[in-house]
Amino acid sequence: MRGIDAGYLVLSAILFSIGAFGLLVRRNPLVMLMCVELMLNAVNLTFVAFGMMLGDIAGQVIVMFVLVVAAAEVVVGLGIVVAVSRRKPGATADDIRVLRG
Amino acid sequence: MVELVWLIPALPLLGFVILVFAGRRLGEPVAGWLATAVVAASFVVSVIVFLGLVGLDDRVFVQTLFTWIPAGDFVVDIGLYLDPLSAAMILFITGISALIHMYSIGYMHGDENFSKFFVYLNLFVFSMLVLVLGDNLLLTFLGWEGVGACSYLLISFWFGKPANATAGKKAFVTNRIGDWGFLVGIFMVFFTFGSLSYSDILPASDGLAQTTATFIAVMLFIGAIGKSAQLPLSVWLPDAMAGPTPVSALIHAATMVTAGVYLLSRINPIIAVSADWVPMLIAWTGAITALLAATVALAQTDIKKVLAYSTVEMLGFMFLAVGIGAYWTAIFLMIVHAFFKALLFLCAGSVIHGMHENQDMRVMGGLRVLMPITFIAYLAGWFSLAGIPPFSGFFGKDEILTYVWQENKALWVVGMIAAFLTAIYIGRQAFMVFFGEQRWPAYLAKLAVVPPAVEAANEAAAVGASVDEPAGPLTDAQDEAALAAATALAVSDTPGDGLDDDVELHELPDGFTPHESPWLMTIPLLVLAVASLVGGLLNLPFPRSAHYLDNWLEPVFEGSAVKLKLSTGTIVGLLTFSTVVALLGTAFAAAAFLYKRINARRLESKLFANAWYYDTALAKVVGGPGTGAFEATASFDRTVIDGAVNGVGGSVPRMGQALRQFQNGYVRRYALAIGVGSLLMLAFMFSRVVG
Amino acid sequence: MGTDTVEAVVFVACALIVLGGAFGVIWFRNPVQSALSLVATLFGVAVLFLNMNAQFLAAVQVIVYTGAIVVLILFVIMLLGVDTADDIDAEPLVGQRVIALVIAAGVAGLVIAGVTIVGGDLVSGARAATAAITDDVPNIEQIGRVLFTDYVYALEITAVLLTIAVVAAVVMARKPTEVEPLPQESSSMEPPEPVEPEAEEVFD
Repeated sequence: MRGIDAGYLVLSAILFSIGAFGLLVRRNPLVMLMCVELMLNAVNLTFVAFGMMLGDIAGQVIVMFVLVVAAAEVVVGLGIVVAVSRRKPGATADDIRVLRG
Repeated sequence: MVELVWLIPALPLLGFVILVFAGRRLGEPVAGWLATAVVAASFVVSVIVFLGLVGLDDRVFVQTLFTWIPAGDFVVDIGLYLDPLSAAMILFITGISALIHMYSIGYMHGDENFSKFFVYLNLFVFSMLVLVLGDNLLLTFLGWEGVGACSYLLISFWFGKPANATAGKKAFVTNRIGDWGFLVGIFMVFFTFGSLSYSDILPASDGLAQTTATFIAVMLFIGAIGKSAQLPLSVWLPDAMAGPTPVSALIHAATMVTAGVYLLSRINPIIAVSADWVPMLIAWTGAITALLAATVALAQTDIKKVLAYSTVEMLGFMFLAVGIGAYWTAIFLMIVHAFFKALLFLCAGSVIHGMHENQDMRVMGGLRVLMPITFIAYLAGWFSLAGIPPFSGFFGKDEILTYVWQENKALWVVGMIAAFLTAIYIGRQAFMVFFGEQRWPAYLAKLAVVPPAVEAANEAAAVGASVDEPAGPLTDAQDEAALAAATALAVSDTPGDGLDDDVELHELPDGFTPHESPWLMTIPLLVLAVASLVGGLLNLPFPRSAHYLDNWLEPVFEGSAVKLKLSTGTIVGLLTFSTVVALLGTAFAAAAFLYKRINARRLESKLFANAWYYDTALAKVVGGPGTGAFEATASFDRTVIDGAVNGVGGSVPRMGQALRQFQNGYVRRYALAIGVGSLLMLAFMFSRVVG
Repeated sequence: MGTDTVEAVVFVACALIVLGGAFGVIWFRNPVQSALSLVATLFGVAVLFLNMNAQFLAAVQVIVYTGAIVVLILFVIMLLGVDTADDIDAEPLVGQRVIALVIAAGVAGLVIAGVTIVGGDLVSGARAATAAITDDVPNIEQIGRVLFTDYVYALEITAVLLTIAVVAAVVMARKPTEVEPLPQESSSMEPPEPVEPEAEEVFD
């Protein structure tokens, strides 16, 4: 056990918190997408750190999958942003609330 | 042949369905003939089934048609339970129903709702057969409610008159009280036995705890007194006479009102297990009802009301028989009573028909010459009810009284007094209607003097009724003033009884003469007269082997019925005494009402005429202090029951209103909720790690 | 200076870059600046991967994230207009920021507290036997072996997922023949007008 291992975990926790906070506070959908990327990276960091601690390559393999899912998510998310912006230029996340009770 | 039993209720049901859809098109008289035909066919099938049942060894046949309610442990079949009791019941029910259907074709002639009447009648017969043949308590209850509904519909058949509608409602509401008891009894039976089928519960009754048996018996007894018009639920039957007379004969004399006796006979093993006071309660209820009804019948002026109270009295005798455990005598009286009481009602209907819809006996008299066939038939019913041998009523009533003598002398005294009064009041009716001088010409003359008749009579009633003795114009019938009072009274409501306004006089055409009824009505009269005459053959007191009905019903009541242990001499003595009492009563009636040797004013007292003011007192209590209770119930229903329902209904939108605040369309709010949840889960895991 | 020291120095430097970039992402009003800050974060994470002997992932991180995703995001920003800066000063949702701060602080704080309290062994599971990291075989070969043996089905499914995502993106971004404008909504947090429950509809 090395002190730096705990450092990785603490770093990823802070990174995740920053991403979550940004997601909850910012209204620009593109920035929100970036915050999601921050959170995903925090999780990736944890995976690799744990893989290193356990001496297991699977931690890195999982990151590969996360990368793929993140790419797909960004692609679809950006598609939605573009589609929405066509109908309503300059829309923020708060403006898209047609489906409400 | 017993497999045909399903046809017995199915045929009237078929008639009902056809008449419901095509009755108006068939019109008069085809609809009536169709209804008569299906019931007659049902009677034929009943005879065939009866013969088939005689051939069976165990004399019980259960036919399960299909499963009605399969709900877990609660399984109720639509099945028919044919045993000696139900076989005896269906025979006389279908037989008398067929005759009364035929009679109705003549009686309802010209009525605008001719076919509707037969729709109800067929539905009634179907319900009654379901009641009797049902193989479980719930099916019996279905029939029970069915006949109740038909009774309601038929009492208020001429619903244009408010009094008829009121009488129907009264019967309906009173019966609901009894039905409550019946339902609670059914629940308790299912709770105890886990089944409602007679095949299950009757053999299992032996092992019943006494408290449970007592509870069930009392609850079903409450149901029985409601349907059979025993005290304290007797008020509806006299008012039920508002219906057409064939209905009174079929439903309110011969069949439906005996359903209570049938129910108690059916559950006789349960009564046998219950506490000793239950049979005594039944017996005393019957005896007191019989006595009170007999006194009331003495003073009635409506020809049908006399017979109505007489029916209550006879049902009291049946309850008395059930109470002392002489079940088969109750059934015996039920059958012969169905003969002669239906006959008496039909005769009354014939008289009413001939008298231009007038029901007041005070304007009748001397009809035996004008309506000879009706009179001859009436004779059979009269002597039967009075208990004069060899008519069937004598055997029916005196079998019961013989058993009562053996079991309880006090009850015997009450029963004997009632029997004596019976002979008097039916004699009074006979002498008032068929003997003496013809009184309607005087009535017509009176009408001619004071036109317009009805309004004037109403005025006279308002002034004169309160002063004059209400009943008792017979002692000085020639007296013009008394007749005026009678007319006035008859037109107006009987004082002190607001519900009694079906006693009214119709205007008679000039030169009116009562006429004999058409053959459609007289043939059933003659058939029933013969049945009343020979009905006693079913069950002669001597020799033992002539107890055909007793022997036939023995398997049903085995173990719970009392055995007759009296010596032959005692029985002969009792029968002789009873005959003497009946003859004395008849002679007294002749002396008082025909020859006017005895002043009968005391007998026709106001107390009796108003049925001991029972109805009035009931109306006072229910309409006075009772109103507050009903208001309280109604407000409880409005606030608590409706409040609960509406509260539940209203809380859903309110909850939705509250919840829609969360569904506000802001994606970031949703994400915030996810964040809060995640934090809570993390905190939980943290607590586990640290702890 | 031993390898541990080097690693520690690199970690601290990269951690600062990562956190600074992340902070920039949520701080800058201009999404272009946010995107550039994101690049810094992603580079920092890539160096940290290198630091943890995950050379292949470091390369992929740079190529896929900075080379593809961020570029894609920037592309969309340019497409929709650069100056769509949103108003950070006002928060229409009541309490949103406070609760978000609580959540963020709570998540970070709980993890840090957990790590601190546990102290010693951060992992308690069994060490890997089949897919163990060895220094003999190159990192990329190890990943490849595991990816195409143990995780081959997952790999195929992600391939399908990517295909679907591409098709979806094409469908979404295609210029529709008829554009229906969305109903104009005020972005203020006005509560929906409450519908009075009709008192007349009580059931009697």
